Amino acid sequence: MDYFFTEEQKMIRDLARQIAEEKIVPVRAELDEKEEFPREIMEVLAQSDMFGIFVPEEYGGLGMGALELCIAVEELSRACLGISTSYAANALGTYPILLFGTEEQKKKYLPDIAAGRKLVAFALTEPNAGSDAAGIQTTAKKEGDYYILNGLKQWITNAGEADIYTVIAITDRAKGARGASAFIVEKGMEGFSFGKKEKKMGIRASVTRELIFENCKVPKENILGREGMGFIVAMRTLDQSRIGVGAQGVGVAQGAFEEALKFAKQRVQFGKPIISFQAVQHILADMAIQIEAARSLVYSVARYIDSGAKDISKVSAMAKVFATDVAMKVTTDAVQVMGGAGYMREYPVEKMMRDAKILQIYEGTNQIQRNIIGQALIKEATKLTG
Amino acid sequence: MRIIVCVKQVPDTAEVKINPETNTLIREGVSSIINPYDMHAIEAGLQLKEKKGGTVTVITMGPPQAEEALREAISMGVDEAVLLTDRAFAGADTLATSRTLAGAIRKLGFDIVICGKQAIDGDTAQVGPEVAEFLGIPHVAYVKKIEEITEEKIVLYRMMEEGYDVVEAPLPLLITVVKELNVPRLPSLKGKMRAKKAEIKRFTHKDIGIEEDRVGLRGSPTQVKNIFAPERKKERKILQGSPEEQVEWLIEELKKLKCI
Repeated sequence: MDYFFTEEQKMIRDLARQIAEEKIVPVRAELDEKEEFPREIMEVLAQSDMFGIFVPEEYGGLGMGALELCIAVEELSRACLGISTSYAANALGTYPILLFGTEEQKKKYLPDIAAGRKLVAFALTEPNAGSDAAGIQTTAKKEGDYYILNGLKQWITNAGEADIYTVIAITDRAKGARGASAFIVEKGMEGFSFGKKEKKMGIRASVTRELIFENCKVPKENILGREGMGFIVAMRTLDQSRIGVGAQGVGVAQGAFEEALKFAKQRVQFGKPIISFQAVQHILADMAIQIEAARSLVYSVARYIDSGAKDISKVSAMAKVFATDVAMKVTTDAVQVMGGAGYMREYPVEKMMRDAKILQIYEGTNQIQRNIIGQALIKEATKLTG
Repeated sequence: MRIIVCVKQVPDTAEVKINPETNTLIREGVSSIINPYDMHAIEAGLQLKEKKGGTVTVITMGPPQAEEALREAISMGVDEAVLLTDRAFAGADTLATSRTLAGAIRKLGFDIVICGKQAIDGDTAQVGPEVAEFLGIPHVAYVKKIEEITEEKIVLYRMMEEGYDVVEAPLPLLITVVKELNVPRLPSLKGKMRAKKAEIKRFTHKDIGIEEDRVGLRGSPTQVKNIFAPERKKERKILQGSPEEQVEWLIEELKKLKCI
């Protein structure tokens, strides 16, 4: 279907697809097997300006928006969700600076990010603070010109590989949710180290580690926004980035669907290609319907975000939930269509199915997304009925 | 450093089919690409620029649509592009092509000229060295590694059938490159945007100051009589018997073939 992309949007799609097909597809199975971070692919993405898509032009980026980023993420996800996770997590880590950074902070960090010279990570989750972000225990205490950070962040994508970390920590526990603040922490700062590397079910080309802060000294000018704004920074960042997870869902579903379609056309049973059987056709038809519906929703919401709309929480949650539930369903069905072959590592769909599962979990589980939608609906109902 | 890269737009042979009756390419509906060896030449030019500074200019001779190939080169990062296009250039053999390219290169000025080792459509591997002759500069063909380059000289690995030669040569010079030299980069988004708007310089035979009868078909002594795929002789015999018998038999066979 034609989504009426501009010339520039088509350019991004074509180049991202070329990178995916020429550089990612040949290595994805090996990176998954070895659980290896795709450093070389990151360099290709950097050289192609992919890291600068959503960064304003005055900081060396291309000055585009959510839709363009979604287009790139979708194409990369079609080939490998592990790699697209490393790429998308970079955007997630960058949004706090983009949305809340001072002019100095933007000038200092964004050009390197846009050029792909420095990779970014976002650090909110802790052992006792996942869906319940208010459970954060990492503290930041102001001492002279520094904030002293102590605590542990868990399951942080790009940890160890990234140079810049946007970290949420508690500056005043008495204030509850208003007692959190966001900081820019650089790799190499005193008292900042990395914990164990997680072994994951899928997205194994992405790296997931702990961040350890032991009296980590962060210059006071590295606070994002003001003290106490940490949760606002985190929530607005997630509102902005969530659509990218939706785009990942569309991409991986598309990749799995194409594999299943190709296989069904070639695989002969009972003397005919299995695609000639209605039972198989219907599975494929349902996959195609769901993918197109998810894509339409993701693009529509991305365009809504780019229009400058403020009330994006509900719709971006809807797109994330829908597209990632579709991804899980479609990748599972792709394995089913391909039967035993689909289950084997020789074909890419088993990896896609393993990879897809994370989409329903990270950047807010799909249950939390439904909470967000539910709360928005309650507000709307109150407006209607008083 | 002034770096010139010569490229050729060729049919994408991954898609091309041969008409078995005429033994010619079926060109209809086949997309065009930059000759794959020339992609390595572009990459070499860009890497030299990154190391030594300067500019990379890409040139091609071809019909107006060859501009597409030049825009692709710009999207990879070359600074400027020149299209040698003129009705008078049509039908050129390697001699007329080289003379034309050399004329343009002389006009542009250069420290090093880089070409792919050959084009995948013509496969002659003549144009690079011929351009060097017209320019009156040394050339090194089949370069697989650029070891060192200064303002005055360059040290290169030249691929040979077995192993390689290490060649030191003075600048200015021309090199032709093989695919082992590097991995051509993909375009960048900024490059693609620049390529869309970039101005492509166009030269005719007048611009490069070469008489009309020295370019194109009129300047080409080569005449193509026939095009055919070489026949493969599959005939073979296996030597048998004692070593003495085999030697005797081999001598007889070679005499029959008038080899000895």
